Amino acid sequence: MPEVIVEYQAEIWQSIGETFIMVGFSILAAVLVGLPLGTFLYLCRKDQILENQAVFSTLNLLVNVIRSFPFLLLVVFMIPFTRWIVGTAFGTTAAIVPLTVIAIAHYSRLVEQSLLDIPKGVMEAAISMGASAKDIIFKFLYVEARSGLVLGLTTSTISFISYSTIMGVVGGGGIGDFAIRYGYQNFRTDLMFYMIFIMVILVQLIQYTGITVARKIDKR
Amino acid sequence: MIKIQNVTKRFGDYEAIKSVSLSVNHGEIYGVIGASGAGKSTLLRLINLLESPDHGEVIVNDDSLTRLKGRKLREARQSIAMIFQQYNLLGNKTVYDNVVVPLELSKVPKQERESRVMESLQFVGLDHFKDQYTAQLSGGQKQRVAIARALVNNPTVLLCDEPTSSLDPNTTAEILSVLKRINENFGVTIVIVSHEMEVIKSICERVTVMADGEEYETVTIEPAGIQKIDRSAQGFVERLTDGGEPHA
Ligand SMILES: Nc1ncnc2c1ncn2[C@@H]1O[C@H](COP(=O)(O)OP(=O)(O)OP(=O)(O)O)[C@@H](O)[C@H]1O
Ligand SMILES: [Mg+2]
Repeated sequence: MPEVIVEYQAEIWQSIGETFIMVGFSILAAVLVGLPLGTFLYLCRKDQILENQAVFSTLNLLVNVIRSFPFLLLVVFMIPFTRWIVGTAFGTTAAIVPLTVIAIAHYSRLVEQSLLDIPKGVMEAAISMGASAKDIIFKFLYVEARSGLVLGLTTSTISFISYSTIMGVVGGGGIGDFAIRYGYQNFRTDLMFYMIFIMVILVQLIQYTGITVARKIDKR
Repeated sequence: MIKIQNVTKRFGDYEAIKSVSLSVNHGEIYGVIGASGAGKSTLLRLINLLESPDHGEVIVNDDSLTRLKGRKLREARQSIAMIFQQYNLLGNKTVYDNVVVPLELSKVPKQERESRVMESLQFVGLDHFKDQYTAQLSGGQKQRVAIARALVNNPTVLLCDEPTSSLDPNTTAEILSVLKRINENFGVTIVIVSHEMEVIKSICERVTVMADGEEYETVTIEPAGIQKIDRSAQGFVERLTDGGEPHA
């Protein structure tokens, strides 16, 4: 174990913990809100069961705007909102607010894309069998799109890790922030290098797990 | 049994079905034939309201489907089964799990499901394949799974959109004989859309010829075959079927 890591191990563990908290909440928001939102977006499209041009265009624009915001600016722009929600705009808890917003927008788009990949005939079969909207979603759409949904969540998670690295600007901490403050700003390039290495390993692990699971559940 | 009255369907400015009326008797096997783009699929899809008509009424089993909405419409659809050219099975479910879906949708008690699925699979001769995924099956087997799925909930009507158009002649004959058995054994009314005269000739009692979204003619197919139908319709049908893509 390099000496510098031993020296800073308490701080390193803490920063890893912060990253996990930030990314964990992002994943939670992606699944709990992004998945339903992406499904709703898909179902509001033309010729779909909840077809609604106005609702679709509005949500579509909202998702696009959030996704095209430079993330750092989104964080700053959201400060009043964050303060209103969690009472402070500083710290790991505060960092979670803009992260969940981008997480929802990010994953909902990928959910919509995976659903668009399902052959049109699956929906027709479902409707012809008299399936309700709930049945269509859970017994048809999510069954056929499941590997795409897993791959999407993998891609999203990796983006969330990347987004989390800049949360230092609002005191969010995390591995990225540690690398900047202790490595870059303290001229400990080796420390920064080790932190980057940890992140690369983390990303590889997530990517590998995601692809393996997606492949395993795809029977088509 | 099935009554389509003055039904019109537009896609944007294009009138795909132009005030078509027809009626299918209980227990009949009814054909719809015509060139590509004539509106055959649209007409079929109007029967279970996969397409909703702009005008006119659709009546199935004495229910005016065009007046039903929401849950009532879904319940009506549960006794109108449909099979497709592309089978439309769920690739991520096994054969068994595909066939059980209609029973789940109509909330058939769990303890009844297994025997009904197995009965349905036996009927199409695929009970040994119940644990396979559909990707491993041939086209004919996939269509038989789709038929088992269509049959499992005891439908009164079976709609078939080009059910054999992706299959070779032998497999086509097998599928048609399964359809005929369904009609004979269970009294299911069948409407079958095809662009192949051979298919229509071999199982239908009557056939409507569609051309440009209109009902060109409806004729009875005598037991002796299509030769007996009205001369003008026969000529039309031949032009429709032989003038298009080459077929076996
Ligand atoms: N959802 C749709 N949107 C726009 N146009 C459509 C739609 N569905 C069908 N049409 C048009 O309506 C006409 C009839 O289509 P339909 O699919 O009923 O023809 P078909 O007789 O079944 O042809 P095929 O033998 O090629 O299946 C075609 O011109 C087609 O392009
Ligand atoms: Mg067609």
